[in-house]
Amino acid sequence: MTNENRQALMQGFRDGTPIGLGYFVVAFSLGIIAKTIGLTPLQGFVLSLLNNASAGEFAAFSVISADSPYFEMVLITLIANARYVLMSAVLSQKFSPDTPLYHRIFVGFDVTDEIFGISVARNGRWLNPFYNYGAMLAALPGWSIGTALGIIMGNILPEAVVSALSVALYGMFLVVIIPKAKQDKIIGGAVIISFLASYLAQTFFPEISAGNRTIILTVLIAGAAAIIYPVKEKTT
Amino acid sequence: MTHDINVYILIASAVTLALKILPLVLIRGEIKNVMIKSFLHYVPYVTLAVMTFPAMIYATQSEISGVLALIAGLFAAWFGGSMFQVALLCCAVVFIAELFI
Repeated sequence: MTNENRQALMQGFRDGTPIGLGYFVVAFSLGIIAKTIGLTPLQGFVLSLLNNASAGEFAAFSVISADSPYFEMVLITLIANARYVLMSAVLSQKFSPDTPLYHRIFVGFDVTDEIFGISVARNGRWLNPFYNYGAMLAALPGWSIGTALGIIMGNILPEAVVSALSVALYGMFLVVIIPKAKQDKIIGGAVIISFLASYLAQTFFPEISAGNRTIILTVLIAGAAAIIYPVKEKTT
Repeated sequence: MTHDINVYILIASAVTLALKILPLVLIRGEIKNVMIKSFLHYVPYVTLAVMTFPAMIYATQSEISGVLALIAGLFAAWFGGSMFQVALLCCAVVFIAELFI
């Protein structure tokens, strides 16, 4: 390993450490939900290692608990994780054209909101893949081991603690949505409409599963926003 | 349960990894289609918003603690709290609120 790569790896690990700690807490609460729908610690570990996506895994749990058809898992994972296409596409522009294919594959393996955030914040024209590897070394164990421990220990925790931890994931979602909604009026409007529509759908159409509700409302609201307010300039 | 959890996990993982890896591998030039670009631009926020509310207030033992956690989380995220801070704050609000409910 060259000096430059080692340095990038260390910097990635340093920036990824708080992310890994945050992941651990949230993944633990995800594990608690996973336990209630019957996942073993190993299944939770594998799912989290390969997906590393809070919303996507949460959506997957809703499909598993509803015992829905397999194609619904394909659909809901596509919808819940669609944003990674955009992030991966943005990252594809950050690597120099002579970057070997395997680096692109390994970096893609762990595209998350947070790792994407610290990667695009890096200075310089090109991104060193070893920076991402460093961040992954901190983030992936926090996420996957956290999920497994949540499944193992979730039921030995007092009910009050489980109840408290169950909102951690939603707190994390708020951090993705709210600052962007504050800064961009159209996204802010879309978020408010999404809150209202979701509430109305759950109240008046409770027979529609949470997964289907997410798919339908996302396509409708994001589709309408794209038609009415197409994004002209580069946004990320 | 008529479906296998391992198959569910395999499907979710394959789809997620394809979404994360394929654009990095396939796209070298900039995405030009405004509709696709715009739709993908709005999707994350709409999806997360739909999943957060009202589910967050039904996740806890009492809806009151869920509502308080949501309000605290909204404020903390608005004023720039990190994921870790906001997640922790929401948990703390629920824990403390449920001591009194």
